[in-house]
Amino acid sequence: MNIECTVNGRSVSLAGEPMDRLLDLLRWQLSLTGTKEGCGEGECGACTVLMDGAPVVSCLVPLMQCAGRSIETVEGVAMGPQREFLERFVALGGVQCGACTPGVVVTACALLRSNPKPTREEAARALAGNLCRCTGYEGILRAVCDEEPRP
Amino acid sequence: MNGIGSSPPRPDGWAKVSGAALYADDLEPSGLWFGATVRSPHAHAVVSSIRYDPSVVPEAVFVTAGDLPAVNGIQLLDDSWPILADRLTRHVGEPVALVAAPSRLDALRAARAVSVEYETQTAVFSLEDAETLPPHSSLSLGCGDVDRALASAASILDGEYRTGHQEHIYIECQTMTAWFDGETVVAEGSMQCPYYIHKALVHAFGLPAERVRVLANTVGGGFGGKEDFPSALAIHAALLARACGHPVRLAYDRHEDIVATTKRHPARVRIVSGVDRQGALLGLDIDIVLDGGAYNTLSPVVLSRAALHAAGPYRCPNVRVQARALRTHTAPNGAFRGFGAPQVQFAIERHMDGIARAVGCDPFEIRLRNALEPGDRLPTGQVLDASTAARACLEEVERRTGFRKLWREAEDRRRTDPAAACRGVGLSLFFHGAGFTGNGERNMQSPVGARLLDDGRIEVLTAMTDMGQGCVAIFPQIAIAAGGFEPDDVVFAPPDTALVPDSGPTVASRTTMIVGGLIAQVASEMAERVFSWWRSSHSGVWMTDENGRLRPLGVTFREAARKYRQEVGGIEITRRNQPPAWQEFDDSAYRGAAYPTFSWGADVVELEVDRDTLAVMPTRVTSVCEVGRVIHPVLCAGQIEGGTLQALGYALLEEVKMEHGRYLNDRLATYIIPTIQDTPPIAVHLLERPWEGGPFGAKGVGELPMDGGAPAVAQAIENASGLIPNEIPATPERLLGWQRSGRCVEAAR
Repeated sequence: MNIECTVNGRSVSLAGEPMDRLLDLLRWQLSLTGTKEGCGEGECGACTVLMDGAPVVSCLVPLMQCAGRSIETVEGVAMGPQREFLERFVALGGVQCGACTPGVVVTACALLRSNPKPTREEAARALAGNLCRCTGYEGILRAVCDEEPRP
Repeated sequence: MNGIGSSPPRPDGWAKVSGAALYADDLEPSGLWFGATVRSPHAHAVVSSIRYDPSVVPEAVFVTAGDLPAVNGIQLLDDSWPILADRLTRHVGEPVALVAAPSRLDALRAARAVSVEYETQTAVFSLEDAETLPPHSSLSLGCGDVDRALASAASILDGEYRTGHQEHIYIECQTMTAWFDGETVVAEGSMQCPYYIHKALVHAFGLPAERVRVLANTVGGGFGGKEDFPSALAIHAALLARACGHPVRLAYDRHEDIVATTKRHPARVRIVSGVDRQGALLGLDIDIVLDGGAYNTLSPVVLSRAALHAAGPYRCPNVRVQARALRTHTAPNGAFRGFGAPQVQFAIERHMDGIARAVGCDPFEIRLRNALEPGDRLPTGQVLDASTAARACLEEVERRTGFRKLWREAEDRRRTDPAAACRGVGLSLFFHGAGFTGNGERNMQSPVGARLLDDGRIEVLTAMTDMGQGCVAIFPQIAIAAGGFEPDDVVFAPPDTALVPDSGPTVASRTTMIVGGLIAQVASEMAERVFSWWRSSHSGVWMTDENGRLRPLGVTFREAARKYRQEVGGIEITRRNQPPAWQEFDDSAYRGAAYPTFSWGADVVELEVDRDTLAVMPTRVTSVCEVGRVIHPVLCAGQIEGGTLQALGYALLEEVKMEHGRYLNDRLATYIIPTIQDTPPIAVHLLERPWEGGPFGAKGVGELPMDGGAPAVAQAIENASGLIPNEIPATPERLLGWQRSGRCVEAAR
């Protein structure tokens, strides 16, 4: 089947079987390899993208659900107006290996659009579906909650 | 901005937050094929036949042990780990055959076209049963006369402590691509140690070293899991590439990654101690057993580090440590952050808590009374240097948390009002030897190179990989500071064995301390060479820079270096690591300095135990660590925050469940690592006692935090509930079992 949708603000036509994973279509048809696979069953959040502004795990989104939807990946977020947050994310230690990072930053960007100054509890609730094995989440929370850098 | 002790943004940071960083499975070389692995469903079985139906995917290729070009062994410490099972499989998930096809889907279909017949054999899973088989390795060490010390002690305590498997769960699963470039085999992928893979490919294919090339892509997490296992993956991918004539990628999914790859060694540690009336250690008799799994990956060196850390950061004149790594019919266990030390320090810390209760003092007092001081001797005879900071860490963590008061209050609350007892606090003291164990560094004498480029910049050549820890930021900081360079004066070659020398594996908390030290040397020598030439050939005004080096006023290094390049020629420098002469270690007797120095830490964990469900929720963690001079505080704290959380997961959540050698929880829905909502605030405080052997005084960092979390959690559970967690993970199911069997402080009194 062919599905028309918007990816990072651009109209695209995705071709595949109805149950093909959005994750694979993004990575292999559109070469948007910023979106990562961590578990393939919706547990780790590494493949999170925004669908009509809300975080979804793209490994569990079949092609047939994408018709007419607006999808934003980490590449789209990085080209958008939240650059300052992404730079803070690096500076405050939100990034180590970077494999969870695309999923974490798109989820965090969605949160910050509706809640520019979240508390740690609010940030943790939003990011509960994004596993990170490197940072202990401290650097991530400092960046999302716009806390002071370490002395 | 880039100075030592500042935190410049990591150079790969923007690529990682914008999705531009390329990981192993993001690249698509032309003509790429995909591999799949056929694995044994049995823990121990004779392979009686392997049949392949080529009609299912006609273009696919199929490889078994019979197709290997040379020996059937993955070269690590030895080559006893088979590339593919030949006649016998010794663990569930052992590779029996490989297939490759033009698409991922066809590769899976081809794998299903392989049918294998097995005759199952009796398998061994428990450490107790494993004692009947010859061990992978064993060793003993000690000092003094333990039997006499125990005979004269005021009290004797006997304890047994157990820790379980732990799975790395790097977010990027194991991935490797291999191809033949003419007669050269090339492997690139996610790895910590390009030269380990290089050595393994040379051995497996019987090739000369120059016909093997290995490159690391951006690495999505390692924690030790990409130290040993990627050698197997690279050989498999290369075998398939040889068979089909295409580049072949093996990209494990999470299920396969959990089933097939190495894990932390489960351990059983028995300790008999004798103390005087005040609780000062007189003798320690320690027996360590590690589950090495089916094959010998790195078990002997994990065992060695375990034995060397078994007495903990404590002074004891009479110590006997006996250690064995046993064989079971489970996937081989291997490197995991901490490398044997977390298991034994869990044991000794729990044991110290037992001693404290026996002599009637609190956990802080017992540790302070026995903590190692500068000048004290370890069981191997090593005399500790001036950067020894056990006491400083303890005192600082007490100052920051008020541990003793909190601990006492919870003890009283538990006794006076057992129904209210749900909050507790725990303290741990720990240390970690930095760099390779024993003569490892001396035997490797790992080199780092540097050369002058045409434009006057310096290119530094190391084989170190950044798996997230941040050597991409720290190495330039060291080079710039040591050479007095501008930030743009230095570039680093990618970890590609065609370009860089074997500066050793990215393991053992050695990257900053050992390789960083060599980078400082080559950077400094480069500046010296260029400026001293300038001095001999130019007149002008000279100034002394902060490294005490004379340099021309108003002339940048780049200008001077460019001129040098034009007028004199290139400069190439290689410097090899030479451990200090005093760091002598006798491998056979286990005497001497096993590590050049140690890093130190003390953790306090506060938590709540749910009275109804026995679920444990950490509420605050404070970690005070002494790691020498801190090069990059944000990255250094990041190591400690992340390592501490891995230790909390190890203590509470992470349990590999098995039935007949088969993993029951081989996915992230069932193997639970901490989410952000399971994570308490982790406050890190860095003490700095610069160590003269490291660059600018830096010591090792990466593994240290893995040692402290679990024993502090266990003590806090004990403080809250009275239950005695001498086994981890302390899941609600285990706590319930101990509650029912009365394994608690009040019963023991």
